[in-house]
Amino acid sequence: MNTIFLLISLTTIASAIAAMSLRNLVHCVLCLTLTFVGISLTYLQLSSQFIGFAQVMVYVGAVSILIIFALLMTRSGHELTLREWRPMHWVWGTLITLGLLACLGLSITGSSISGKVASPEKTESVKALGEALMQEYLLPLEAMALLLTVALIGAALVALPASHHPPASKGGTE
Amino acid sequence: MWFEELLIAIKASLVLKAPEGLRPLVSAALSTMPILSAFGGLFAVVTLLERKMLGRIQNRYGPNRVGPFGIFQPVADGIKMLTKEDIVPKTADHLIHFLAPLVLLVTAMLGLSVIPFGQKLVAVEFEAGIVFFFAVGGAAELAVFMAGWASRNKYALLGSLRAIAQMVSYEIPLILSSVCVLMVTGSLSLTEVVQAQSGGITSWFVFTPWGFLGCILFLISTLAEVNRSPFDIPEAESELIAGHMTEYSGFKYAVFFLAEFVAMFAMCALTATLFLGGYHPPLPVLSIIPGPVWLFSKLMLLVLLFIWIRGTMPRLRADQLMEFAWKFMLPMSVINLVSTGIWIALDGGLLGWLVTGACNFGAYLGLSRWLADHPNHRKRVYRYADGPINAA
Amino acid sequence: MMVTPALLPYLLFSACLFCIGLAGVMMRRNVILILAGIELMLNAANINFVAFWRFHPGAEEVSGLIMVLFALAIAAAEAAVGLALVISLFRHFRTTNPEQMEQEVPS
Repeated sequence: MNTIFLLISLTTIASAIAAMSLRNLVHCVLCLTLTFVGISLTYLQLSSQFIGFAQVMVYVGAVSILIIFALLMTRSGHELTLREWRPMHWVWGTLITLGLLACLGLSITGSSISGKVASPEKTESVKALGEALMQEYLLPLEAMALLLTVALIGAALVALPASHHPPASKGGTE
Repeated sequence: MWFEELLIAIKASLVLKAPEGLRPLVSAALSTMPILSAFGGLFAVVTLLERKMLGRIQNRYGPNRVGPFGIFQPVADGIKMLTKEDIVPKTADHLIHFLAPLVLLVTAMLGLSVIPFGQKLVAVEFEAGIVFFFAVGGAAELAVFMAGWASRNKYALLGSLRAIAQMVSYEIPLILSSVCVLMVTGSLSLTEVVQAQSGGITSWFVFTPWGFLGCILFLISTLAEVNRSPFDIPEAESELIAGHMTEYSGFKYAVFFLAEFVAMFAMCALTATLFLGGYHPPLPVLSIIPGPVWLFSKLMLLVLLFIWIRGTMPRLRADQLMEFAWKFMLPMSVINLVSTGIWIALDGGLLGWLVTGACNFGAYLGLSRWLADHPNHRKRVYRYADGPINAA
Repeated sequence: MMVTPALLPYLLFSACLFCIGLAGVMMRRNVILILAGIELMLNAANINFVAFWRFHPGAEEVSGLIMVLFALAIAAAEAAVGLALVISLFRHFRTTNPEQMEQEVPS
């Protein structure tokens, strides 16, 4: 097997396990960011540069910062989750996860798709991506723009403090 | 061309001398070492230049003790930084406290790898080069959070949150104003962008209406991204001491400083590449002088502009800063995109100039007038003990 | 330069990441980290898409990458809305532990 692929994938899996099991929540998020960077390196190894860099830009640059801000605003950054550690949860969770992993692994290795070899000259062309987005996938692109606008406005509205709501219901039911 | 070919020939001969298996590694090292050493030396020169120039703007001499005209001041600064005691707070998160300046420095230096310094002198040739640059710029925000969080200092945390908010807000006008150039060039690769501006000063993108506005927006966003005055709330001494860098001393502080300056150089080099023609000379007859010299002179011009702005303008408040980003720069960059589209549709020419210029200028006038009507921006009324006095 | 290995290691890698994300969703007692686990699962599925795009013989096919682009954008929007909801929940229940968020029963 390829050494670079082994290195990247083992680091990513290790940091994902760390992200899901560490007790200090900010350390979890930083390991999650490392996982995202590892996934971006996997995209680069699969010779899709644009998606790899977009992954860093979106996930490391934006989603991680979002998660960190949410952690700090809900004051979860300072607590440790030690007191909620219940062994049975972890045992059952690990068992279910390993079972699912076994199922997926068996079905992947048993199928004929996984015998495919890389076609040597498949490279990503940003021009082809742009043309496909503008011609064939124009409707999903516009729907995505609408979705992102709605998400932006909705998230801002939902997270606003509700201090400006007039207390009208009290007088109405009395 | 002779300089670039000379450099490529030297590098090829050195790579051939290495054993077979190590050749990619040696090639990569030979590509990156000149860049790192050049920008490291430039950092030292610019710290001195900034202090001298700020001093002159403020009607005083800058540092002039350590050598003739203070030339050895950077050496003295380096010795001071290296020999200072490295104090880390006892309750700080030691691993993250240690990693934060490193991550900031690495992301700043990674941005230098996609900038074309000459005809074939790019460290890494990516088809999506500019996306790489902005991606590592976005990763710098995480390092700022790490620095503020690991210090276990509420003021450092507040300072780092403010810095992150500022960097995130100004990232959007930064990227949008560079998209105009990419629209006209039709490619995401920086070498293509520079190739589209070959042929003298008239083909540089800054001398078109959309390019002019784009360049100004890009420069202002660069000032905000590297936390430089007038956007230096995160690192000004009168605000939260030093923000996210409060608990750092000695060499780690020097690394933060270095990272900020290298990020500034990288963004100035990107501005020169996108808008000012990159490594091309203003007149084709001057191409005897090698390409990197032109790029570095444009870069130094922009750095001098930044130092000039720092010495001249007062600092913006945090809410003024955010309002400026979201209410002025974002609409202006979107309108710039639209006018670039109009330019491409009209294929340049006189009609394109008129329509695009009118669109940009009209947008600027309208937006600034509309924003100036905000109650926060009206003239203030001062009330003294003996009755109100209206400001004239 | 880099030799791409066969398709199988990438599929196993993404299956591992998916299961780890699922484990995080099931076992963590903090709503924000549950959301982080969901993001990890989405990323694992994206790796699958890119791997299948790379190993597809057609040279002009970009539909795999288009799917990944859309999934990336949707995941980012979902993270934003989800975290805003978490902040709103915290204001109401004063906790981020899903076990302590009990619905008030109207009496």
